[in-house]
Amino acid sequence: MSWLFENFSDVWALAVTHVALSVPPILLGLIISVPLGWFAHRYRWGRGTLLTIAGLLYTIPSLALIIAMPTILGTQILDPINLIAALTLYAVALLVRTAADAFDQVSPQVLDAATALGYGPWRRFWQVQFPLAAPIIIAGTRVVSSSTVSLVTLGALVGMSGLGYLFTDGTQRSFPFEIGVGIVGTVLIALIFDLIIVLIGKALLPWSRTRRVRAKTNAETLEVTTNA
Amino acid sequence: MIEFDGISKRFPDGTLAVDNFSLRLPSREITVFVGSSGSGKTTLLRMINRMVEPTSGRILIDDEDVAQLNPVTLRRRIGYVMQNSGLLPHRTVLQNIATVPLLNRVPRAEAVARARELMDTVGLDAAFANRYPAELSGGQQQRVGVARGLAVNPNILLMDEPFGAVDPIVRRELQEELLRLQQELAKTIVFVTHDIDEAFLLGDHVTILARGGQIAQHGTPDEILSNPASEFVADFIGADRGRRALTLRESNGRTLVVDGTGRIAGVLGAETATGPVSVGAGGRDEHLGEITLGTEAAEAPHEVAPAVNDAPTASGVPEVDTPR
Repeated sequence: MSWLFENFSDVWALAVTHVALSVPPILLGLIISVPLGWFAHRYRWGRGTLLTIAGLLYTIPSLALIIAMPTILGTQILDPINLIAALTLYAVALLVRTAADAFDQVSPQVLDAATALGYGPWRRFWQVQFPLAAPIIIAGTRVVSSSTVSLVTLGALVGMSGLGYLFTDGTQRSFPFEIGVGIVGTVLIALIFDLIIVLIGKALLPWSRTRRVRAKTNAETLEVTTNA
Repeated sequence: MIEFDGISKRFPDGTLAVDNFSLRLPSREITVFVGSSGSGKTTLLRMINRMVEPTSGRILIDDEDVAQLNPVTLRRRIGYVMQNSGLLPHRTVLQNIATVPLLNRVPRAEAVARARELMDTVGLDAAFANRYPAELSGGQQQRVGVARGLAVNPNILLMDEPFGAVDPIVRRELQEELLRLQQELAKTIVFVTHDIDEAFLLGDHVTILARGGQIAQHGTPDEILSNPASEFVADFIGADRGRRALTLRESNGRTLVVDGTGRIAGVLGAETATGPVSVGAGGRDEHLGEITLGTEAAEAPHEVAPAVNDAPTASGVPEVDTPR
């Protein structure tokens, strides 16, 4: 434990780097996946192609992908962009399918009603279709967030910073406590990310909670009447 | 006035949903399109606000060709009420009703105040204002749908089987509510249904559609019931059978009206001092009251008071279930 106190500022710096490396792939993955998912939802032929590519992407071993990145992108070997690009690809691979499913489950009747009310296509997407797909997209983002935070540790194997450094360093020095600190730190970051995403979801989508209320009681109409 | 002028619609899969349909719908009255599925009734309705584009022909609203209008602006000035309400599940009742005024950039406070007024108009308790649609019963959702359709105070209200998914008692309530509203608001309403009873109850004019949007008959309910234009119409409205084929029968000094299934439909009005002479609220139920009598009673000049409404049956006649 004293090791942690003595080295806390170093561990903290690694944790900050870890967060800095985790956030861009999650956000980029989200930004890229939503339009792709919409495309897969909208066009049948696009769906097969996109989802197959996404599936294949995910089967590439992560370490191999990270190592191959400098060659593909023409970047320096130690450039953090390599890691961010590789993890973004994984995030997209996971999220495209989720986003497509999310758009699939939005009731076509509701979209039809929105058109009948006088929503133009663009406004309809942002104000109706996307918000209604959002709960599932958020659920998918939680998975991607956890997986990204844990995959960032792999960066240490190719010389990048982050809590993964505690794994490699602890292994070389045969110092399990350091490895334990790395694991606990990574899990903590993942949990905090998850919490943040859940809170954002609750703030943006207050209506999605009412479904659970409804599922709980079939006597809902009765309750509504008495409350009125 | 809405005018269909030689409208045809062929869908990409080759089906001819509507074939050369022409009709004028008068302003400030309810016109009901009734027909079974495949009659093109919903397609016709959705062409008015350009949800469906005709393959050929024109639709004019007050002599203005809708094809010349921007579809989004056009839709924002036409009320639309659909089956299962089509409410936006992520918006509260109040937000749903205020949707179109807000799209039209009406100031928020004004739109919300108007939405509250409309909740009252359609008989929704103010306590529902901040609830989400999923927390409401089917009938309540449908009321929200009607309120939303009225929110921009449109001249035209399109209603696509709006009461099709609610139970019969609630449906009856909503139908009466619509008639009450229409007396106050006098909108041009186009109402689509497959339920002939609903058509006769609500319609000032009824258009009976056969396959491919062919007009089997168009007229007031009275005209159609008293003079069905064809076998098809007679069969569709069931003029010579079931609930509409009424005959008279003497029993205990009173004249009972018996329908085609042998059930007691009511008591003949003039004979019953205590019984209901005319049934139902408002003057609209005459459509149901003037049901054609069978030949045995053709000479009877009396007014028939069928017990199809929920009016009190003071004469002690068993209430007759309305087959739906």
